[in-house]
Amino acid sequence: MKKHDITRRDFLKRLGIGVSVTGLALAGCKQPANKLSEGKAALGEIPTDKMTYRTNPKTGEKVSILGYGCMRWPTLDSNSGELDQETINRLVDTAIAHGVNYFDTSPAYCQGRSEQATGIALSRHPRESYFIATKMSNFAPQTWSREASIAIYRNSLKELQTDYIDYMLLHAIGVGNGIDDFNARFIDNGILDFLLAEREAGRIRNLGFSYHGDIAVFDWALANHDKYKWDFVQIQLNYLDWKHAKELNPRNTDGEYLYGELEKRGIPAVIMEPLLGGRLSNVPDHIATRLKQKEPEKSVASWAFRYAGTHPGVLTVLSGMTYMEHLEDNLRTYCPLKPLADDEMQFLYDTADLMVEYPTVACNDCKYCMPCPYGIDIPAILLHYNKCVNQGNVAENSQSPNYAEARRAFLVGYDRSVPKLRQAAHCIGCNQCSPHCPQSINIPHELQRIDRYVENLKQNSLS
Amino acid sequence: MLQRLRRSLAVIFFVLITLLFLDFTGTIHRWFGWMAKIQFLPALLALNAGVILFLVGITLVFGRVYCSVICPLGVMQDGFGLLGKKVKKNRYSYSKPKTILRYTLLALMAAAIILGVNSFVALLAPYSAYGRIAQSFLAPVWQWGNNMLAVWAEAHESYAFYTVDIWLKGGITLGVAAATLVIVGFLAFANGRTYCNTVCPVGTVLGALSRFSIFKPVIDTIKCNGCGLCARNCKAACINSKEHIIDYSRCVACFDCIGKCHKGAISYTRRKPVIDNADKLTAESRRQFLAVSATIASAAALKAQEKTVDGGLATIADKKIPARKTRIVPPGAKSIANLSSHCTACQLCVSVCPNGVLRPSTELDSLMQPESSYERGYCRPECTRCSEVCPAGAILPITRADKSSIQIGHAVWIKENCVPLTDGVACGNCARHCPAGAITMVPSDADNEGALEIPVVNIEKCIGCGACENLCPARPFSAIYVEGHERHRTL
Repeated sequence: MKKHDITRRDFLKRLGIGVSVTGLALAGCKQPANKLSEGKAALGEIPTDKMTYRTNPKTGEKVSILGYGCMRWPTLDSNSGELDQETINRLVDTAIAHGVNYFDTSPAYCQGRSEQATGIALSRHPRESYFIATKMSNFAPQTWSREASIAIYRNSLKELQTDYIDYMLLHAIGVGNGIDDFNARFIDNGILDFLLAEREAGRIRNLGFSYHGDIAVFDWALANHDKYKWDFVQIQLNYLDWKHAKELNPRNTDGEYLYGELEKRGIPAVIMEPLLGGRLSNVPDHIATRLKQKEPEKSVASWAFRYAGTHPGVLTVLSGMTYMEHLEDNLRTYCPLKPLADDEMQFLYDTADLMVEYPTVACNDCKYCMPCPYGIDIPAILLHYNKCVNQGNVAENSQSPNYAEARRAFLVGYDRSVPKLRQAAHCIGCNQCSPHCPQSINIPHELQRIDRYVENLKQNSLS
Repeated sequence: MLQRLRRSLAVIFFVLITLLFLDFTGTIHRWFGWMAKIQFLPALLALNAGVILFLVGITLVFGRVYCSVICPLGVMQDGFGLLGKKVKKNRYSYSKPKTILRYTLLALMAAAIILGVNSFVALLAPYSAYGRIAQSFLAPVWQWGNNMLAVWAEAHESYAFYTVDIWLKGGITLGVAAATLVIVGFLAFANGRTYCNTVCPVGTVLGALSRFSIFKPVIDTIKCNGCGLCARNCKAACINSKEHIIDYSRCVACFDCIGKCHKGAISYTRRKPVIDNADKLTAESRRQFLAVSATIASAAALKAQEKTVDGGLATIADKKIPARKTRIVPPGAKSIANLSSHCTACQLCVSVCPNGVLRPSTELDSLMQPESSYERGYCRPECTRCSEVCPAGAILPITRADKSSIQIGHAVWIKENCVPLTDGVACGNCARHCPAGAITMVPSDADNEGALEIPVVNIEKCIGCGACENLCPARPFSAIYVEGHERHRTL
């Protein structure tokens, strides 16, 4: 009996020794044992003093090239949307410890909860150790009055627990009904004049705008640069949109033009959507392989961040980092930033040419379209569709070689990602969402297209 | 040997028939759907002569093997009987046949079928009684287990399992099933096959036949020492061991007695027995049924709201069942009358409906028979599941092509609920999803081409599938709903 009396732990230990001995024996005698993963992880510590900074030409202040986008804070419960403050505090602490000093929020983000959560996390640090960016997000017509807009501004100061804003933006000029909406939101009600006066008074240190949509509004704003003296402008920039934005959607404008216009005038650019809401990280397999082959130890996402940071006129690159892993990966990319060489830039443009072949919907999951008054979960539907496109689970027709698996993955995954009552079949096409979309997606059109595809799958009538 | 064969077959039939009620993927039905179709009463109502002849044939040859192998309610009772045996061995005893009660109930059943009093037929039909039990009590457990697996599969990026909705399909049916389970289960636990030999009309018919069966268990009076062990183990209470007589109208050919006899005095042979005698009515057993009604809480509706922040989901109020003048029955039923006269309310169609459309009726004249409603889903164009599984000819087999042209009802527009008029936004979701192209959007103001559009229904093209009703954004009551037709038409 004694002989068999070994515990499970002993057994595993012996087994392990046996296996490693065998492994060593097989590896041969000449090779020295590698030691890299012993004691510390292969990835290593992220340096806390290597962050790349850019200088704001007006104030001379140093802004970290990685800016924290506060639109995608983690939630405790995705249904209620309640934010996970404890995790947010940890994310902010880690970011600040590694030199991040730019935090970009808005009264509209995270169902209106972002400013408060950001304010709570930041107020635990000295006010002079970070810059706050927030926005005049008076999208709904009932907030277009001077009083309602000023109330939004005052509430931002309160939620962010501060008496000044470092970077104030007119939020998403160009969305909705172009120049008419712009005038109604900012000019006719005197809000732009109000904000200019606040800048004069020092309660707004830098005034700028973020732009999506109608290019006429962007051009108008820059044509009046002499009058308004924009301190910075926030634009969408990434290697896909540099040359393909207009091609993918005629209502959008190429990043090359937007950036060029700012550079001409010496206006610092703040970059949003450098990763397209993850679409430049979650790419089709062969694109991922292509990028990894070139830099096997770097993430797919790191290419997009290096790309955005390489442009010299960029003040900071915003990333909405929900998870600690996102933050760490971005810190690795930017501590310090290794700018892309010309051939690497070209490599990314070539990659972009390959990516446009994929019929994904340009949704970045910003949730500006939500809530849909009829209960549709618009971003969840579009994200599920994109996921299936990227995974090759959108079959061309019922003769496709993987049709049966693709059909099952699409339909079963659809019910998992989106509750039945919130699926595209319930979209009535009222089009209240589209004017809010920064990517100018014709949402009802896309939802109804996806619904027809789902119907064809269900009826097995895809031809 | 015979007993073991009977038991094995019984278990196979019982498990597979149960799975017919549980499996929502259609896999089991593809291979074993016939097991429902050889059930006696459904086959009789379906006028399925082949099956009836087959069942009469095997009964005339082997006795009531139908009752001990094919009928799931019979096998279920044997299960309860086994539990009873665990409590006390050699527990049964001979009792006199209740012939008058049996034939009275059979006559009532025949009258009910002829007169179309279907709730009575549905109550006593053994296979259907079991179907209701399986659908009411086992299916939710099965689905819950499946949903657990679906959660697990999702965590592992597998598409092998998907979640299904579990919902109370009918309170009355649930109550009836519960009462049946308790009463039949208790009778079987205490006395064996009492239900089969006093109440069950199928048992009475087959019993009348099995008296003349070729093979039957026979007591060899020379070997028999009159110990009575066979009688005390006869769940049909049909062995009169004192007189060495077996009542073959009640014997369900279970072969338990053969193995029990120490003297090997009972054998299953072709020999003619001496005589058997019918007896008088002594007692009466009564059944009562409970009706349980369930109330479903309804959530409050939320009107379209103006967007001031990003993200979040609007509340969606549950749909409510509209008042329909005529109930909707699925395509293949041909007419409400056809469904009523054939349906034994076994719930097989309700179990397999993947769209949440079919549920048992709560009306007295159609109690527990299936009817359609569209607040959870609609009768999808690619689905013909109910017509494939129905064993009773109440829902006849149809193809997808047939279905696209069978009119089971027609859509009715309710102006007061229509979203373009109430919310002032464009809609047209009904027209967009109508598989028959029966709905056209027209300007709500005939003089103004640009006015928001409202649906108009061409009832000549409408098939009553309920896509419009189900997908209508108006809640809790849709702005378009389906009125059933008494007789279905082929367009």
